[in-house]
Amino acid sequence: MSQEIDETLLKSIVRDVLGEMKSADTPISFKGGEVATDGPSQESSVDWFKPMGVAKPGRSKNEVVIAVGPAFATVMTQTIIKQSHKDVLRQLIAGIEEEGLKARVMKVYRTSDVSFISAEADKLSGSGIAIAVQSKGTTIIHQKDQDPLNNLELFPQAPVLTLDTFRAIGKNAAQYAKGMSPSPVPTVNDQMARPRYQALAALMHIKETKQVVVGKPAEEIDVNFN
Amino acid sequence: MKRQKRFEKLEKRPVHLDGFVKEWDDEGLVAMHSKNDPDPSLKVENGVITELDGKKREDFDLIDQYIAEYGINIANAEKANAMSSQSIAKMLIDPNVSRSEVAKVTTALTPAKASDVINQLNFAEMIMAVQKMRPRRTPFTQAHITNTLDNPAEIAADGAEAALRGFPELETTTAVARYAPLNAISLMVGAQAGRPGVITQCSVEEAVELGLGMRGFTAYAETISVYGTDKVFTDGDDTPWSKGFLASCYASRGLKMRFSSGSGSEVLMGYTEGKSMLYLESRCIYITKASGVQGLQNGSVSCIGVPSAVPSGLREVLGENLMCMMMDLECASSNDQTFSHSDIRRTERMLGQFIAGTDYISSGYAGEENSDNTFAGSNMDVLDYDDYESMERDLAVDGGILPITEDQAIKIRQKAAKAVQAVFDGLGLPEITDEEVEAATYGSTSDDMPKRDMTQDIKAAQDLMDRGVTVSDIIKALDDHGIDDTAQAVFKLAQQKICGDYLQTSAIFDKDWNCVSAINDNNDYMGPGTGYRVWENKDQWQKIKDIPWALDPQKVDF
Repeated sequence: MSQEIDETLLKSIVRDVLGEMKSADTPISFKGGEVATDGPSQESSVDWFKPMGVAKPGRSKNEVVIAVGPAFATVMTQTIIKQSHKDVLRQLIAGIEEEGLKARVMKVYRTSDVSFISAEADKLSGSGIAIAVQSKGTTIIHQKDQDPLNNLELFPQAPVLTLDTFRAIGKNAAQYAKGMSPSPVPTVNDQMARPRYQALAALMHIKETKQVVVGKPAEEIDVNFN
Repeated sequence: MKRQKRFEKLEKRPVHLDGFVKEWDDEGLVAMHSKNDPDPSLKVENGVITELDGKKREDFDLIDQYIAEYGINIANAEKANAMSSQSIAKMLIDPNVSRSEVAKVTTALTPAKASDVINQLNFAEMIMAVQKMRPRRTPFTQAHITNTLDNPAEIAADGAEAALRGFPELETTTAVARYAPLNAISLMVGAQAGRPGVITQCSVEEAVELGLGMRGFTAYAETISVYGTDKVFTDGDDTPWSKGFLASCYASRGLKMRFSSGSGSEVLMGYTEGKSMLYLESRCIYITKASGVQGLQNGSVSCIGVPSAVPSGLREVLGENLMCMMMDLECASSNDQTFSHSDIRRTERMLGQFIAGTDYISSGYAGEENSDNTFAGSNMDVLDYDDYESMERDLAVDGGILPITEDQAIKIRQKAAKAVQAVFDGLGLPEITDEEVEAATYGSTSDDMPKRDMTQDIKAAQDLMDRGVTVSDIIKALDDHGIDDTAQAVFKLAQQKICGDYLQTSAIFDKDWNCVSAINDNNDYMGPGTGYRVWENKDQWQKIKDIPWALDPQKVDF
């Protein structure tokens, strides 16, 4: 057991060191060409959503990690269909708790890509299961050891995700964490979502992407709905 | 303000539900030309490109480096880039200059120069140029075959109907990712039951997708995505080299493949470097050429809501299709995902590619009702078939979709559903019931289908992968159930991967498994009287003319 923890710790140290090297280096892929427009916005301090320091790997098999995008709650406050980020988290957590498991919330800074947010978070999740949510609402359930762009369930159309869907996503994620095989949350398809929302989605994603900090580790978040 | 009644009515028109935005150069929300686009330039020293579009070799990013190394015909480069963009644009539409003459010049341009050439053309000229520059003489189109329940009998039935209607390529994906092998198998079996020779793919995560191909569940792939800025590439854990490597994996197994790219993707991913959509797409086209891949799906594809929201956006989309053809690449020209609530704009969207003809006018057309299209809807769906076929008949254009009768549809759907029922039985997968076969035969959407136990299907899909099931097990299952013709077709398809002829540019199969490609069906358009004319393809024209709902004037009872 202790050996296993040591290994996890070691991995996280290596990852952090690599992360810092990445920010210190200027590899060829990142230099030049990019046109600086306005930089990242200052994150607002939000009373219900408090940063608690670097997120650590979980040891409890009873937890599901919910990882949010870098602009979530502190720069943007609602999804593309104007659901408040607070309500989204409340429903995801309620879904997880309904199954008797615990939710742990963190914010990922290294990327704004929903798949890569989840791929970072599932490695920190005690159960190996993570839900990732972008500020615009796009959501994924991901399991440790899956390829980043694979998934257990993907909800690519943010405009069709209601609060009920988020609750069902939380519930299913918890069931995966318990080793069960839940029926996937029913796929809702609105073929008219793209015409209506894609340009707005681009603007929201540009805003979220500006908040990306290369090499910055995920932050543990304390949520308080009271 | 007191409302003006006409303006109130106008606001209620469907077009007002579409997204429109003004240009914003610094975030790349600009279609044809951004103030941040580089000016074309090129320097060649000792056979090596030392300057590309305003950058010295030491300042090249990954994409510049890759393109300079492999993507440009260096032997002709100095001469071609010294020509004026306007004179190259004139060659594109001059019927006296053959496609191959133009390609000698256009494959030697730099990405910024190629963008500048496209910027010289208006929409009508682009249509003229596409007509000449598409590699294959005969135009075709492609369909999506999906449903939101991933129901295998419905996938097979829709696949068979689409095959019968003339689509030479069919593409599926999943609503739930873990269904991938079942969807791939259902579509392949359905397509071969519908019309032998139709090739199928399953668009999923890249490693899974390659694995499906290697097992023989698919015959080609197209969703190997490339991007126009380094940051989008590396954000997805990729480089141009890793995509090139993936391409060679497909080639090594005798699987056809093309890359996929399109304007707007860099905007949606937030890393445009402030460049125009056309310039970034030109880099994608050159990456494709540089990788030695035979073709590309482009034309914004799933990002169509972005270019279509800005001025000159749909002109840009046809322009990027044209640029793909200028690089002598197969072009699956999108007309793919939904972008408008307005039927008028939906028609506008496909006008250029439809009139000119491309290798695949759509990539793809929804071969199910749009509510079941898990690519999030296509610009046209099965309920548009009769409109589309009327347009082909009105304009004498071969848009690649043929009318069929209700009776033909019922027969072929049933045949396919029964074939996939047999395969599921033979492979030990959860049963497809007779009730499902019946529903798939007569139904139109997944709402018409009995519900399956999805948990069991997902487990069975994983088990099938663990057991190492391949295409030979599928052939055996069909044969064991006495479904000889479909067994033979699946077997023939597997054989084609050994000879690999269909890895040539723009290749498809005809009904007798002859490979039709840009090699043996080379586009020879040089003005009136040349190139593909549907009325010269008598059999095809007869089918297009004979829409079942036209009256026979000699047999009307009064």
